[in-house]
Amino acid sequence: MGKLTLEKLRALREALRREIHQRTTSDRSIQIAVGLGTCGIAAGAGNTLHALTEAIAARKLGNVSVRQAGCMGLCHSEPIVEIAVPGMPRVIYGGVQPADVDELVREHLVKRNPVARLVYESRPESADAGPDASFERFPNQFRIVLRNCGIIDPDKIDEYIARDGYCALEKVLFEMTPEQVLGELEKSGLRGRGGAGFPTARKWLFTKNVPADQKYIVCNADEGDPGAYMDRSTLEGDPHSVLEAMVIAGRTVGATKGFFYIRAEYPLAITRLETAISQARAYGLLGADILGSGFAFDIELRLGAGAFVCGEETALIASVEGKRGMPRPRPPFPAARGLWGKPTVINNVETLANIPVILLKGGEWFSRIGTATSKGTKVFALTGKINRSGLIEVPMGATLRKIIFDIGGGIRAGRAFKAAQTGGPSGGVIPPEFLDTPIDYENLGKIGSIMGSGGLIVMDDSDCMVDVAKFYLEFTVDESCGKCAPCRIGGRTLFNYLKKIAAGKAVPGDLDQMRDICQAMQRASLCGLGQTAANPVLSTLRYFADEYHEHIAEHKCHAGKCQSLLQYRIDPVKCVGCGACLRACPVNAIAGERKKTHVIDPAKCIRCGQCFAACKFGAVARA
Amino acid sequence: MSTTTEPTGAPKLTDELLAFIAEWKSRPGSLIMVLHRVQQTFGYIPRAVAFEVAELLDVPLAKIYGVITFYNFFKLKKPGRNQIQVCLGTACYLRGGEDIVHAVEKQLGVGLNAITPDGEFSFEAVRCLGCCGLAPVMTINGKVYGKLETGQLPAILAKYRQV
Ligand SMILES: Cc1cc2nc3c(=O)[nH]c(=O)nc-3n(C[C@H](O)[C@H](O)[C@H](O)COP(=O)(O)O)c2cc1C
Ligand code: FES
Repeated sequence: MGKLTLEKLRALREALRREIHQRTTSDRSIQIAVGLGTCGIAAGAGNTLHALTEAIAARKLGNVSVRQAGCMGLCHSEPIVEIAVPGMPRVIYGGVQPADVDELVREHLVKRNPVARLVYESRPESADAGPDASFERFPNQFRIVLRNCGIIDPDKIDEYIARDGYCALEKVLFEMTPEQVLGELEKSGLRGRGGAGFPTARKWLFTKNVPADQKYIVCNADEGDPGAYMDRSTLEGDPHSVLEAMVIAGRTVGATKGFFYIRAEYPLAITRLETAISQARAYGLLGADILGSGFAFDIELRLGAGAFVCGEETALIASVEGKRGMPRPRPPFPAARGLWGKPTVINNVETLANIPVILLKGGEWFSRIGTATSKGTKVFALTGKINRSGLIEVPMGATLRKIIFDIGGGIRAGRAFKAAQTGGPSGGVIPPEFLDTPIDYENLGKIGSIMGSGGLIVMDDSDCMVDVAKFYLEFTVDESCGKCAPCRIGGRTLFNYLKKIAAGKAVPGDLDQMRDICQAMQRASLCGLGQTAANPVLSTLRYFADEYHEHIAEHKCHAGKCQSLLQYRIDPVKCVGCGACLRACPVNAIAGERKKTHVIDPAKCIRCGQCFAACKFGAVARA
Repeated sequence: MSTTTEPTGAPKLTDELLAFIAEWKSRPGSLIMVLHRVQQTFGYIPRAVAFEVAELLDVPLAKIYGVITFYNFFKLKKPGRNQIQVCLGTACYLRGGEDIVHAVEKQLGVGLNAITPDGEFSFEAVRCLGCCGLAPVMTINGKVYGKLETGQLPAILAKYRQV
């Protein structure tokens, strides 16, 4: 195809659209998409795709196109197959294994009967859909960032182009001045999705106004929050949306070079990005003289290497420069002095993915979505003790109740909701009393958590809040770079206190000590990691103080999580004397003759729980 | 970085790596990308290769050592023939990641961050593989196993044992 000019790109888009239109109208061809994100592949979607292609070929069905797509966000039901037969409702199937494929092809494609047992969702293609219908593919969701995820083949730039891809870039290069771009962004109210929520327009303006011979755009795809994968899915499902936004950022602030910092733990996202970058280069959408506009911009990938702190912008800069990822004090902010000392815009993947849509639909349109202070949508990775874990995108201001119960299908195994955690190691827990609070940056801050990057982890009554705080602290202690004392020493000390509490060895005064340390860390740490590391402790203390007191005063862990506080006992009524527990016990703490009641010697018991797991009669009681 | 368990005939930079270094040498901040490529080739960063890289990139060895030890991803020791990673990110932790760790330990007979004596498996815990929706998750040589139950482990591990 070679490098495109503006006219050629427009002609290509028109041709692609005509082709798609024809496929669904006069050709009446059947479209099948299989979700091939990392989670889909892990669940076996690759085999499902292969089986589908074979089955269709074996039956010599013409007029069927099977393609890979990114993640649709329905992780709980992978592998996902979406089938659109013209004139029939579009059907999303879940849990489709290769063994199901023959039935699917025979029933749905040939006989036109959807296979009810596999249907996840079936939605008629409504003719009277509103102007925003393409964002409303799933009930209760509004998908701007994920607009193409699960729809287009991420390895094909043409599919992105056909769906308005690089239209915003055309506008920015040929119709708008940088000031106008900033004006739209300002109107949109877009704030950074990487955690801090800084207004994007202001960040860009700042960099634009600093005179320099070289400026840089960096996309932060480090996604270090354990339990979150929004950015991975976006990059695996729609890499061009982020690339397009980086070029737009470059044009707006006057940068000609971009870096993509992505964690090495995401091999598939890296491969898809590499493909996307080379396709964009081949089309002349990256490189010299983009679309004949005279503007040059190119992007290089840089891999992270497993350090959480490198998500912090100054540490990230050190890492891109090839050094140990040590943060430095701000100011100066990277917007003024960033990579190699040059002004640098650093934005998160999700922030960037919003930008092409904002410029196409207008800042005004975007600002109508969300709450007074937080505009647009937020992508959440819904995980933990929830029925439908997955990736969702909702307007800012949605309530936790809507997210957890309406979209997420409620708590697993019919247990009770105890808390939701947002913001990962920098965030806090949200107890049931705030289920109806609209979620935005300000409200989350008020209740002691943060928006964070979008991890939303649901906990039930079998999760212990002391254990959760301990888990996060262990993480930050591991990940602290060690440069400043409050984080290095404070974090370790706090962690030791939590271990003491979990072991039933704490004394009442310990909680006050812990609060003091938390405050010192918040005030005196060098970077965001240390400043926020105490949040999980403070917020569990704030809402679940009783649980801490129980551990300390009564040596009890009601959730049954803190091993050293558990007591195991054999119920003489239920015990049949089978000896399973006796054989499972690694320290010979259980005695008893065959067919007679067994007993645990509490002095020998190490509370490992093996007997509890081994007993088939529910005779081992834990309290 | 004292005596590591390196095979005789210390590893050397391959031609492919030499070409990669030549291509990247002039780009600023290339050290981490070069180390990634080295680890991709050898499975770890052999001491002898680190010396060569230092020479070629004209970076002090101390700086290379500093970078390797800062980042969890880089290894100084040769890993097992099969590499097992069990996720202990938040989602996996809550859904029983620790039970998986204990079960793998029992199966292999070695603890976390160790290599089995026959060199077949190395075993480490990691923080989030980005498949939290399938928690608990484990990978072997990069292949992801999701919604794991401890009962599945013997069969999965058997597949990787020397045939
Ligand atoms: C410890 C720490 C870890 C962070 N990790 C990430 C991350 O993984 N991804 C990210 O986009 N931002 C992360 N941030 C926030 C970045 O420093 C920065 O604010 C962000 O990338 C700016 O982009 P935005 O304005 O688009 O949000 C982290 C901050 C801290 C303090
Ligand atoms: S927490 Fe295990 S994959 Fe994310």
